[in-house]
Amino acid sequence: MSTAANNPNTALTIRNLAVYFGANKVLKDVSIDIAARAVTAIIGPSGCGKSTFLRALNRMHELNPEARMEGEIKLFGDDIYSRNVEPVVVRRRVGMVFQKSNPFPTMSISENVTVGLRLNGIRDKKILNERTEQSLRMAALWDEVKDRLHAHAISLSGGQQQRLCIARALAVQPEVLLMDEPASALDPLATSKIEELILELKKEYTIVIVTHNMQQAARVSDFTAFFYIGELVEFDVTTKIFTSPSKKQTEDYVTGRFG
Amino acid sequence: MENIFETGLDALTQKLLLMASHAETAVNESVQSLMQRNHDLALRVKADDDVIDKFEVEIDEMAIQLLTKAPLATNLRLVTVAMKISQNLERIGDEATKIAKRARDLAQEPAVKVNLDLPRMAVLALAMVKDALNSFVQRDSAAARDIIPRDKEVDALNKHIHQQLAQHMMENPDTIARCLHWIVAAKSIERIADHAKNIAEEVVFLCEAQDIRHTLKN
Repeated sequence: MSTAANNPNTALTIRNLAVYFGANKVLKDVSIDIAARAVTAIIGPSGCGKSTFLRALNRMHELNPEARMEGEIKLFGDDIYSRNVEPVVVRRRVGMVFQKSNPFPTMSISENVTVGLRLNGIRDKKILNERTEQSLRMAALWDEVKDRLHAHAISLSGGQQQRLCIARALAVQPEVLLMDEPASALDPLATSKIEELILELKKEYTIVIVTHNMQQAARVSDFTAFFYIGELVEFDVTTKIFTSPSKKQTEDYVTGRFG
Repeated sequence: MENIFETGLDALTQKLLLMASHAETAVNESVQSLMQRNHDLALRVKADDDVIDKFEVEIDEMAIQLLTKAPLATNLRLVTVAMKISQNLERIGDEATKIAKRARDLAQEPAVKVNLDLPRMAVLALAMVKDALNSFVQRDSAAARDIIPRDKEVDALNKHIHQQLAQHMMENPDTIARCLHWIVAAKSIERIADHAKNIAEEVVFLCEAQDIRHTLKN
């Protein structure tokens, strides 16, 4: 366990994680290592705890006052739930992209990208401009918006808005990017752009993605974790999960027999 | 940015072409060992068949992994076609092994004095294999369609050789065992042409999304 925590190839070390909402235990005793610079997919039927798991990775679930956690989560060896660690700092290191794109509607494209930096007190125009271009390039959006950076973010298409949200998450230079069904509201072309982007981003980032689309998990991820009723049923390399899973529950889920 | 399937499909195609070059070499060398009565070469062809078999297994594994990603349209056809082409190549390898076995046995017996057009038959069959693979690489469906009728020529040659050997056996009963070896070898070359034709039909399906198997009176 300690070797995994100190392994530079492991971004997140999760041990005996349990999450409660009030008296309801929605995640039970989850232990897993998330590989650095790789894509880990989280799959499972609705209500299996996959989104809660994702949110626990950047303390987002704490926004719900009834939420409580047990266990340990280390980010490159640092305990993210340590008393002296601010959730805001954790969320800067572990960024998040949501199912529905949520750009700030009154802000321009460039303001959306730099909002996190400005909240962190960065005012230097040169830095902000540099980071805008860099983040939009990484999100594969630069070429499409470079001539209208001051246009409203909502003037973009759904797929572009989602990539803008990815650029916004990247602007604060996180170490891990969490994605909660980032392409479920997009058409096939926009979806494939997001998937290609994920493959590009994993060269530099650790990515954890929740998806209901098995084929998407197969296309983009290196590892897949299957959750069921709050428990981690199976965790393995993706090809194994989708061609010869070890557990019957996984087999039944990926073949569409339940869920 | 790369298309999500590009890398996997490229790797699959490369592996298939590598397998094809092994299969072509096996056919070439098996026919050579037969015509030149080269016992050692025949043994080598037989031993190399394992390599071709291994390719078939690896290509199936790669294809199955790609299928989990749900490729569609041309991408989907490429994966299924690759599996079928590799199966045909594996069979071509098997036929080469059969020829090599006959070559090994014939090399240890006195030569049969019949003038058989087996080298021409082998040249035609091999050219069909080569052209079918080229049409796959070029995604040239017209070229693939042109290959299909050439199978008839190989069939006719096989029939002719069969008749020659039957005649020879009647006249020289002491050569029956050796002539049977030649009949089997010729039949193997005829089968190689069949597999080349199958590959060509798969290329048509890949390019045109049209299944032409069993539709043409060949």
